[in-house]
Amino acid sequence: MKLSRKFVSEYIELPDIDIKSIAEDMTRVGNEYDSAEKLINATNLIIGEVIDCIPHPDSDHLNVCNVNVGSEILQIVCGAPNCRKGLKVIVALNGAKLPDGEIKKGKIRGIESNGMMCSKKELGIDNRFLTEEDINGICELGSDAIVGEDPIKYLGLDDEVIDFELTSNRGDLLSIIGMAYELGAIYDKKVKDIDLSFEENKESIKDSFNVKIETENCTKFLAKKALNVTIKESPDFIKNRLIASGIRPINNVVDISNYVMLETGQPLHFYDADRLGDTLIVRMAESKEKLTTLDNIERELTNNDIVIADKQQAIGLAGVMGGLSTEVENNTKNIIIESAIFNPTLIRKTSKKILRSEASNRFEKGIDPERTNMAILRSCHLLEKYANASIVGGILEYDKTDNKEKNINITVDKINKVLGINIQTKDIISIFERLGFKVIKEKDFLKVTVPTRRQDISIKEDLIEEVGRIYGMDKIPSIMPNVPNKPGHYNKTNRAIKNKMVSLGLNETLSYALIPKSEVHKYTLDNFESINVDKPMSEDRATLRYSLLYSMVEIYKYNKARNQKDISIFEMGKCFYKESNEYKEDLKLACLMTGDYYLGIHNDKVDFYIIKGILEELLDYLGYNGRYSLVVNNIPNELHPGISANIIFQGSEIGIIGKLHPNITKDEVYVFEINLTKLLTNRTSKMQFKEISKYPSIVKDVAFIVKKDITSASIEKTIKKAGGRLLNNIKMFDVYTGENVSSNEKSIAYSLTFSDANRTLSEEEVMKVFNNIISSVEKSGAKLRDK
Amino acid sequence: MDLKSLKEEISKRINTDDLQKINEIKTEYLGKKGSITELSKKMKELSNEEKKEFGKKLNELKKAANDMFENKRKEIEQALLNKKLASEKIDITLPSRKTVRGSKHPLSRVQEELEDLFVSLGYDVYEGPEIESDENCFQRLNLPSGHPARDSQDTFYLENEEDKYLLRTQTSTAQVHAMLENENKEPMRIVCPGKTYRRDDDATHSHQFMQFEGLVIGEDISLANLKATLELFSKKLLGEKTEIRFRPSYFPFTEPSVEVDVTCFKCHGKGCNLCKESGWIEVLGAGIVHPNVLRMNGYDPEKYTGFAFGPGLDRFAMFKYGITDIRYLYGNDIRFLKQFDRKDDINEIKS
Repeated sequence: MKLSRKFVSEYIELPDIDIKSIAEDMTRVGNEYDSAEKLINATNLIIGEVIDCIPHPDSDHLNVCNVNVGSEILQIVCGAPNCRKGLKVIVALNGAKLPDGEIKKGKIRGIESNGMMCSKKELGIDNRFLTEEDINGICELGSDAIVGEDPIKYLGLDDEVIDFELTSNRGDLLSIIGMAYELGAIYDKKVKDIDLSFEENKESIKDSFNVKIETENCTKFLAKKALNVTIKESPDFIKNRLIASGIRPINNVVDISNYVMLETGQPLHFYDADRLGDTLIVRMAESKEKLTTLDNIERELTNNDIVIADKQQAIGLAGVMGGLSTEVENNTKNIIIESAIFNPTLIRKTSKKILRSEASNRFEKGIDPERTNMAILRSCHLLEKYANASIVGGILEYDKTDNKEKNINITVDKINKVLGINIQTKDIISIFERLGFKVIKEKDFLKVTVPTRRQDISIKEDLIEEVGRIYGMDKIPSIMPNVPNKPGHYNKTNRAIKNKMVSLGLNETLSYALIPKSEVHKYTLDNFESINVDKPMSEDRATLRYSLLYSMVEIYKYNKARNQKDISIFEMGKCFYKESNEYKEDLKLACLMTGDYYLGIHNDKVDFYIIKGILEELLDYLGYNGRYSLVVNNIPNELHPGISANIIFQGSEIGIIGKLHPNITKDEVYVFEINLTKLLTNRTSKMQFKEISKYPSIVKDVAFIVKKDITSASIEKTIKKAGGRLLNNIKMFDVYTGENVSSNEKSIAYSLTFSDANRTLSEEEVMKVFNNIISSVEKSGAKLRDK
Repeated sequence: MDLKSLKEEISKRINTDDLQKINEIKTEYLGKKGSITELSKKMKELSNEEKKEFGKKLNELKKAANDMFENKRKEIEQALLNKKLASEKIDITLPSRKTVRGSKHPLSRVQEELEDLFVSLGYDVYEGPEIESDENCFQRLNLPSGHPARDSQDTFYLENEEDKYLLRTQTSTAQVHAMLENENKEPMRIVCPGKTYRRDDDATHSHQFMQFEGLVIGEDISLANLKATLELFSKKLLGEKTEIRFRPSYFPFTEPSVEVDVTCFKCHGKGCNLCKESGWIEVLGAGIVHPNVLRMNGYDPEKYTGFAFGPGLDRFAMFKYGITDIRYLYGNDIRFLKQFDRKDDINEIKS
């Protein structure tokens, strides 16, 4: 909402307060602003008179003029087609600052030029407010303009404007009068009355016109008629105030409807009465009903749009845009004035698909039904005064609004308790009175009567906010809440997982949950129903991810494209799916590694075993040691079939690990993903101290030659079984292929530790177990490698 | 040869740094056939009285000789060791064998820092779902369908749900869950960090972002309590000198509502381009929980009041670490991520 200082000064006196201060004071009571500045931002302008104007000797369109600016006569070179002798003009003197730059003394094609004669465009007025002549030619001032004086003042453009960004509850501030009340509360000043006076002729509207309301989505509808209007340009003050408010002047009649909307906040609509039947009907549009709106576009409507219709067809979209067929035009003589209230939600929906306008914005925020009356009377006043209208007697009125001033009871104690302050009853009463609320002091409470213009106030808490606003929210003290002592909690496991991953040298990423539809079933063989968003912003953000790996691989590609080859990253985030009509969210952890893992001079290239180590370290750290295994079962297509595994936790799959398939990338990139929601349903055992053995342990090394496809895990299993109670650690320390081992075999070596917590083991009993282990492994097809 | 000159002779002869030679000389004097050993054989030729005196002197000589040889040996060994150590000198400026250091995303860091602060004040961290019903995200927060304030939260609805299910636009929805789940409708203190989604994607907005909702419900909770809490919060994140300012505002779920400004941490209130010369930066919205919200979620507004606040973490992370563009936060450039690989400044935070 753009507030013109001149406009609002019609209703409240604001002398001696500069515009920036007003804007800041309004901000302090909750009305933020974007800008607060002069309507015309130009300096060193003066009224001048062209005393002669001769063609430039070296140009076919420039003129060399002598311009009297009172104190001196300036030679100015001018290219405007309308520049001529005798014209009163706006002169920007040397050093003048205009929105497009500074005026400097100079030569134009060899002839000295001191200053510039300005067009309205050069003063910084937006093109949409200007005519073709305003844009192309210099501004022509009237013959009454006095040479040497301020041209901006002469034009009445010496205004200042605050552009407010209002909160959606304060529909009342979308009006000059509402703003006046707000400023009145801040500066403790009275708001002046609005002039609603006019004469009515002897006719009665009821004799010739009729209104029918056929939908409950119109709660109030007033109509009056004005005859014999003269369509012409508006007086300057109306035009200037519309421009300051951001509305394009059109003609006096249309301008009056906008002017009254700005003053009162009630949008009006004027119909050309002679192009309209004798009845206005308010009804819901029929499905697929057609209407050509003011902008000459044929619209197809739905039965959620409210329309104004005559007996045959829709002639306007209620509250949003009028129809072309009954538009006020230059030859319009008689008009029907509509002042009405429509369902804000429906207006919002219709305007969202057609046009957000000044009118629809006000309807959406809600209108004070008293203003409906005020606005129609005000428009009659102005039409009589500035369009020579003869106002027909009587008014057609339909009103289902229940518009009463609200009474709210509140205690001083409650106000002080909620705000955390301590102010006196009399100060609270004074605040309410400044706001224009009536207060009656009862024995235990205050009875506050809220005027209808404040539709946003209905409960105690609203009143508390009003007191806080005017008292000054910035004056509220800081007092720590008095609450019972109790410990706070957070999810320590999730935090520990992140910390562990970081300590293992991985960098945490944060990616988007929305991914392309085409990717959602990748990196998994799970059967699940994916979740799409309605009307996605783009194809790339259409579906909620089920796996984090798509994003991890994208991050890898992004970084690779920037020459980053060593990437070790992880992410923890929700993944989504639908199951028996319920939305599910699983927390997953994904990891991607490629390039060098260590950063110093002893780098290791990431391979399967490095990422496997990360996974195991995490799971063991969490306390799941020995309860999970890697099994090659169903490997998703995006992973290398020979260098990947399913992660199985006590019989159920919780994730996958492996190398990216060459179809995804030719590089050595390894990933894993685990479903933390599934994993963390498993409790871990309590961390307990185990007595340290006082007795020495005996270590024996052994190496076997086995077929290449025999897994280490299966050998370890055999060793463990044969080793029994005395074997308490198995460590695989070497895998060898090459010389002395045939090409389809490998040598695999283990270090076995034997001990007993209660005694020293003898060499003989250890050898017995050791030999038992060797023969068991040999039975499974292995050969003992020579010692 | 008398004993005294023997001692002088030894001390002259051992002036060498050859350990081998020292041992040879030692044998010459103290060996089985050494000259000092030989002297003791003369003992039997002496009278008892002479024996006593001679024996004493001889013993003194033996000890002195032994000490001399022993000291010399140590001296030489030490010199050899020193020489060896000197030869072992390494170039300590060669690169170290690095251990790996990972990094935590700046948004996680800010989230954890705030969680720690609020947990220390007795708040529980409560994380709600990211897929929400329209009812929980809006209606139970006093935002009925068609409410104009919904415009500012352009929502991702889910496909085929006729506007019933959506991606949460605000972490305030977690409030609703927490209130509904609190069976005895007791006072509570919670913070709800998490991802939120809106149809906004430009230079200053990301369609996915992080919020950190806070809610306190109790008897006589006031706006002054909210101010003290947010002051603590702002100082923790932005530095001890930070001040905050309340401006009245409007949110459907709070009444009264306030916008909270903090003193600009770039210019400390003097005015700069970051704060648009105002000295203040708007960081979050907050207020006293609207009685409708309490009522709709089972709390008696006559008995309880509450405050709620809802900062965006993205902005705080950007402020705290001087990150210039929100797109860095979601770009996952490894060169960006790796910068967050150490503990926060020790000066700034007392921990």
